[in-house]
Amino acid sequence: MRFVDEFRDPEVITKTAEEIRRLAEPSRHYRIMEVCGGHTHAIYRFGLKDILPSNVELIHGPGCPVCVLPMGRIDDGLALAQDPDVIFSAFGDMMRVPGTQGSPLEHKARGMDVRIVYSPSDALKLAKANPGKHVMFFAIGFETTAPSSALTLMRAKAEGIRNFSLFCNHVTIIPAIRAILDSPDMRLDAFVGPGHVSTVIGCRPYEWIASKEGRPIVISGFEPLDILQSIVMLLRQLKSGEAKVENQYKRVVPWEGNRAALRAMAEVFQLRPYFEWRGLGFISQSALGIRDSYADWDTERRFRVPGVRVTDPKAAQCGEVLKGVLKPAQCKLFGSECTPEHPVGALMVSSEGSCAAYYNYEHRKAMATSLAWPA
Amino acid sequence: MAGLKPEPAAADAPAKVRFRDPQIEMAHGAGGIASRRLIEGLFAPILFGSSHEPLGDSATVHVAGARVAITTDCFVVKPLKFAGGSIGELAINGTVNDLAVSGARPESIVATFVLEAGLPTDVLEAEIRAMGEAARQAGVAIAGGDTKVVEHGQADLMYITTTGLGSFLPGVHVNPRSVRSGDKVLLSGPIGDHGITILLARGELDLDADLRSDTRSVFPLVEAMVREAGPGIRWMRDPTRGGVATSLNELARDCGLSVHLIDDTIPVRDTVRGACELLGLDPLHIANEGQFLAVVAPEYANLALNALCQTAGGEAAVMIGEVCEQPAGSVLITTEYGGSRIIDMLVGDPLPRIC
Repeated sequence: MRFVDEFRDPEVITKTAEEIRRLAEPSRHYRIMEVCGGHTHAIYRFGLKDILPSNVELIHGPGCPVCVLPMGRIDDGLALAQDPDVIFSAFGDMMRVPGTQGSPLEHKARGMDVRIVYSPSDALKLAKANPGKHVMFFAIGFETTAPSSALTLMRAKAEGIRNFSLFCNHVTIIPAIRAILDSPDMRLDAFVGPGHVSTVIGCRPYEWIASKEGRPIVISGFEPLDILQSIVMLLRQLKSGEAKVENQYKRVVPWEGNRAALRAMAEVFQLRPYFEWRGLGFISQSALGIRDSYADWDTERRFRVPGVRVTDPKAAQCGEVLKGVLKPAQCKLFGSECTPEHPVGALMVSSEGSCAAYYNYEHRKAMATSLAWPA
Repeated sequence: MAGLKPEPAAADAPAKVRFRDPQIEMAHGAGGIASRRLIEGLFAPILFGSSHEPLGDSATVHVAGARVAITTDCFVVKPLKFAGGSIGELAINGTVNDLAVSGARPESIVATFVLEAGLPTDVLEAEIRAMGEAARQAGVAIAGGDTKVVEHGQADLMYITTTGLGSFLPGVHVNPRSVRSGDKVLLSGPIGDHGITILLARGELDLDADLRSDTRSVFPLVEAMVREAGPGIRWMRDPTRGGVATSLNELARDCGLSVHLIDDTIPVRDTVRGACELLGLDPLHIANEGQFLAVVAPEYANLALNALCQTAGGEAAVMIGEVCEQPAGSVLITTEYGGSRIIDMLVGDPLPRIC
């Protein structure tokens, strides 16, 4: 498979891993955050932790859209869809995310009209096919998915499709990185930057991380070799005492981003003054709302949204895990009350969430190792 | 619920119902961890008591002194027809395969139809013909059946339940508890074809691929393998819903050992791999309808593999790993780079990841 196999070549990967071992100074401990959930998933899936030296530690970042969505927003969306004339549509990613009364899938089993769509334009098609119903698209994601939401609303407006609205939960990545860097208990050396988001926003928005915060950042692809190469690039910067933005994912990410996508986002969305992130709290100017000119397609203005606020169970330490202060297994609920089948915190829901990834790919391996060789 | 295994129907101490979910969700039928919890936590304690055998693909019953394999399976497929097969053909081969991987020759099948009022007769006729043809090819007799019709909207066109009887092949006895560390894991061919074909056939994705379901009877392959390596065969399973990952996790839990797989030995067609990459799915969790897994004692592994490879339809059979002591109860896969990860059972239905 082109663009996949060449980035999974075992020989090249072994060589790159050797390069990492050569570059990592034994006396130093490196804490590198991979911002994006896609990277977290790939790191576990390909067992990359096993081939990194023990002093190169990867910390999982906030870049999992499902994980940072407050439970109250899910409750709000599902509350509106209690109306039998409303169809609730969302990506498959959302379907198992628990609200206080259960996930969208559980609501579907109880009779709610819940549909999995593969893009917001499919949700718009659903609206055209069901003129007697109102189709709500529960939009989640960073700048990766926001342009397709924007284009869909532009199309709905152009075609005058009135039985469609977007429940906008789009967030932006830069304020989340800032919140993590501002966190007093955080000590990070460098960042593996998000690949998909950067196809839209380009590399410039990260420049402050290097110039003001003095942290190297490398925008990375999602194949094993991409991630390892990015770590090599970061270690080289750290070795030479540099901090700059580099682009490892040049085959996809243009330095300036995607202008057409940014234009569509600017046409439809504006920054909200503030937005709640699960685990991180309220972050100012960190999310997208829908402009007045598209108010007719804004679920939150078309309907009376209950505005539910749900605090996470006190024992769940999602925030600390999300910021990289705690490892998933250090949370009190991990693996006992909170499992992928019965998630308490959102990090356990998405396979890109660090807790689910850790649980699925590492947890039992670690348990067995500690059983086999008691410390 | 393929194959609960009472031998005989239990009259022993009642076991405790452990199933606490307030209602049935789709995940309870998806063949993964929730299905297992439902069966082990609710059905088994009430119906079989505390001493039931591990859940297999079919049950063993005694009829007039003879051991007979019996299995039943309900088919709810959407759409009814897809590239490579249809519900009628699946209803035969699914049951044939459950008997085959229990080490039994499929002998006869009875079928029950639940039909939705308004179902076009030509659709029904096509499925009856598909059943007849599949039964003829698999060498199994359709001995009888029953038909019910429900109101329009009370079912999705048609459901078929088939129950099959089989006679055990001499010289083979499959039981997960006979599996030992060092045993080899064999796979009959490429995985994921059926699940991805169905996903694409539902038409919700604007994706086209040149792909067909792998649905077929695996009995000829099982028979060839039993002939050459019968005494060495410890366990077999057709990895349908939940895929190879779920079947092997069930084995690991039932035998209390670990299954270690080698990633790059597992055959996956490029089209399946591509679709899985695109949708964020793992081919190991995707359903199959014409493949099976076998665990074979090491000294019989090459005999068994050769027997498969030399039988029509088994040319792509491979050894994909072995059974080890640790981590007990888990499936571990080693990637090409020497890293490893745990492969868990499927949780719920496989859902595509987009964002």
